[in-house]
Amino acid sequence: MRSTASRTIRALPTLLRIGVAETVAYRAEFIVWMLTSTMPLINLAFWSAVARDGAFQGYDTPQLTAYFLGALIVRNLTGNWVAWQLSEEIRTGVLSMRLLRPLHPIVAYASSQSAALPFRSLIALPIAVILLVSAGGGAITHDPAQLALLLPSLLLAWLITFALMFALGCLSFWITQTFGIVTFYFGLWSLFSGYMMPMDMMTSKFPIVGYLAKWMPFYSMLGAPIELMTKHLTTGKMLEIVGIQAGWTVVCIFVALRAWSAGVRRFEAVGG
Amino acid sequence: MIKYLRLVSVQLRTSVAQAMAYRADFLIQGVMSLAWLGVALIPLLIAFDKRPSIAGWDRASAMVMMAYFMAVKAVMEGIISPSLTDLVERIRSGAFDYILLKPVDAQLMISASRYEPWRVFDLLGAIGLATYGFVQRGAAPSLAHVAAGLGLFVAGVIAVYALWIVCAAASFWVVRLDNLVYLLSAVFDIARWPVQVFRGGWRFVFTFIIPVAVMTTFPAMALLGRLDARTALATVGGALLMLAISRLIWRAAIRNYTSASS
Repeated sequence: MRSTASRTIRALPTLLRIGVAETVAYRAEFIVWMLTSTMPLINLAFWSAVARDGAFQGYDTPQLTAYFLGALIVRNLTGNWVAWQLSEEIRTGVLSMRLLRPLHPIVAYASSQSAALPFRSLIALPIAVILLVSAGGGAITHDPAQLALLLPSLLLAWLITFALMFALGCLSFWITQTFGIVTFYFGLWSLFSGYMMPMDMMTSKFPIVGYLAKWMPFYSMLGAPIELMTKHLTTGKMLEIVGIQAGWTVVCIFVALRAWSAGVRRFEAVGG
Repeated sequence: MIKYLRLVSVQLRTSVAQAMAYRADFLIQGVMSLAWLGVALIPLLIAFDKRPSIAGWDRASAMVMMAYFMAVKAVMEGIISPSLTDLVERIRSGAFDYILLKPVDAQLMISASRYEPWRVFDLLGAIGLATYGFVQRGAAPSLAHVAAGLGLFVAGVIAVYALWIVCAAASFWVVRLDNLVYLLSAVFDIARWPVQVFRGGWRFVFTFIIPVAVMTTFPAMALLGRLDARTALATVGGALLMLAISRLIWRAAIRNYTSASS
């Protein structure tokens, strides 16, 4: 067991280098991928039009700007395409190559995806600067504790997103057409994560959706870090948000690992 | 001409047969269409709960506008995106050469190469939503407005199609672009809201440079009887112009095409 862990740690730098090389090699694809996450800006335009003659449900234009630019940053930093990567490799059989390596494939996928983070930050940082300037600082938190929690919160959001996408990719072990399911998942995510609008707006009109959202991981993937970025929260509330995120991280990684081990048995059965 | 119609109908038949093979999808797709209807409507319901009008649109007209968005999206996801995915795959594998060898126009062959028949649900949902919008307004559209609305719907689809051909042509130069479909739908997502919600420079960009207003806003305004004849004609003209430009780009791309296998 110890040797597995140390082997994994020794392999990490190389894996990350490969990931960086992959991102650079497919840079056109990467840029297209980044351009597809413009939805927060489109929603910002709509909600700004709503708030044009005065604050809407407590959100004025600078706050909306802060919220949706925050959404853009979080989406950029946490997005990944492991579901597509995995289902493609299962379909074509490339996966068998990964199974031969003395390393859990989930680690290999995670490092391949996280290698894109520096490039994603290149896009996220200018947006963050625009956010600081345009929102005038008033709509962004100054609380040092909240800022300190932001990084762990983003990390947890990344882990939840990765684990869920990985589990979705594992569905390809059983069914050939996972595209529909991924689209459905994305619909749920848009509704419950705070992607289309801040969740407190949603809760005031549709309390049921707000209530259901409490029991789903989606808010921890997007809304939670945005809230830490843009709202003034009490210490208790901050810890609650990050605590819920941590809980979902454990659950989602567990689900992903279970889906993997159940699926890989099937994969062997098909291949052999 | 008859030859082309027969060709398209054969391709449609195979796609329907394929879709029928995965009958369980029927239920899943129906549920999915409903879920997306919810995602589309919830922001509108929330926003119009407290505001009588947003950027010049009242609640009922905004629903008609959203119905147009859903209808064009249904056509896009039902015909355009699957064919584009097909094309990118063929260029990468080199199978596109066989299409070029066939004695028919390659653009037509790839434009209708695959369909997703289940998207019909979204189309039905859109029609239902538009009807609901008009019931809320308390007045049915006049026959002339329906004709204008339908005509501009076709113009909107043509505009999306032209954009798609340009994307397809791009994939001749940058072969590994599996996610072109997502880019296209990201551009189209701008058409989700009336172009009037954008201000200043952006409204100009989305009306004239990336003409998303042509795809949904103007057709919806035509059906609502709020579009003057000049803008309507300009919309149709703009869509046809886009089609012509995209055809030129496609021809240039074809000339540039060097097969993946050689």
